Amino acid sequence: MLPEKLEKLIGQIGETGMFEVEKGAIKRYADAVGDRNPLYWDDEYARNSRYGAMIAPPGFFGWPTQWKTTMPFFSEFREKLINASMEEGFDKLLDGGSEYDFMQPIRAGDILASMPKIIAIIEREGKSGVMLFSTLETTFINQHGVKVAKYRQTIIHRK
Amino acid sequence: MISNITGGKKGNMTQIYWEDIEEGNEITPLEKKPNTQNLVKWAGASGDFNPLHYEDTFAKTQRMEGPIVHGQLKRAWLTQMLIDWIGEDGDLLKFSCQFRAMDYPCVMKDLFESTGDDHPLICKGKVTKKYTDADKNCLNCDIWIENAKGESGTIGKATVALPIKG
Repeated sequence: MLPEKLEKLIGQIGETGMFEVEKGAIKRYADAVGDRNPLYWDDEYARNSRYGAMIAPPGFFGWPTQWKTTMPFFSEFREKLINASMEEGFDKLLDGGSEYDFMQPIRAGDILASMPKIIAIIEREGKSGVMLFSTLETTFINQHGVKVAKYRQTIIHRK
Repeated sequence: MISNITGGKKGNMTQIYWEDIEEGNEITPLEKKPNTQNLVKWAGASGDFNPLHYEDTFAKTQRMEGPIVHGQLKRAWLTQMLIDWIGEDGDLLKFSCQFRAMDYPCVMKDLFESTGDDHPLICKGKVTKKYTDADKNCLNCDIWIENAKGESGTIGKATVALPIKG
């Protein structure tokens, strides 16, 4: 049985974040990846492409992509879930994987609203005892009100 | 400002078409030789400043041999491989991956180069299903990253749509 404190978190929606997809941030991201795709580097090339403008590489929704160490004062929604699971003794965390749905291109200069939601907390019996699988889904909506992407991150919580 | 990391297209790549792809076809592999400089760049570009990825002493307290490659950087390499392969008229629709093993970077020899290439990682993939969904011509793919020993520590799946010759 899932502890009530955790059960209650399923379906909860976190605070909406706003991210500007800056051109410089796209270039620094592509540079860090080692990706020379001109759609991330060359304005003129990108303007003449089917996108009509510089785009962001898939998976980049503006800086930072991780709040924890950049803006620790920002109360990250995921922390709430992690803290609640820790209180129940699940203090070992593992990355359970990332999943993306890409619906529309994200262009340089877009302003994205990120809306996080806890969509699942599942209890499973593993070799080392009970484990929790929690999934946080973040939906990104651009300044035109168009859903551009969904990002699901699963965390495995162990005792 | 261009990274010394290998791979990445430079534009005007040849476009592949849905008709030309069969189930079982391989995705053009993408090789990366991550060094510590790449990890510092990624830390800045992503905003993940966990010292596990750049501080040797700290990484050892976490029972690692040293700093490890960010999982999300490996994820970004897999997406790069897919985007390079499907070309500018292709669309990446869905992507997922899981990180099951640690990978270590090379250390730096000078400002630009690392000391060796003893930790190459190769992004690979294979087409598992070819189908039409509504008006889209889709391919499902298995994707993974192999280390020098041939082990796949990062595995995933992707769905792409390709143009048709028409």
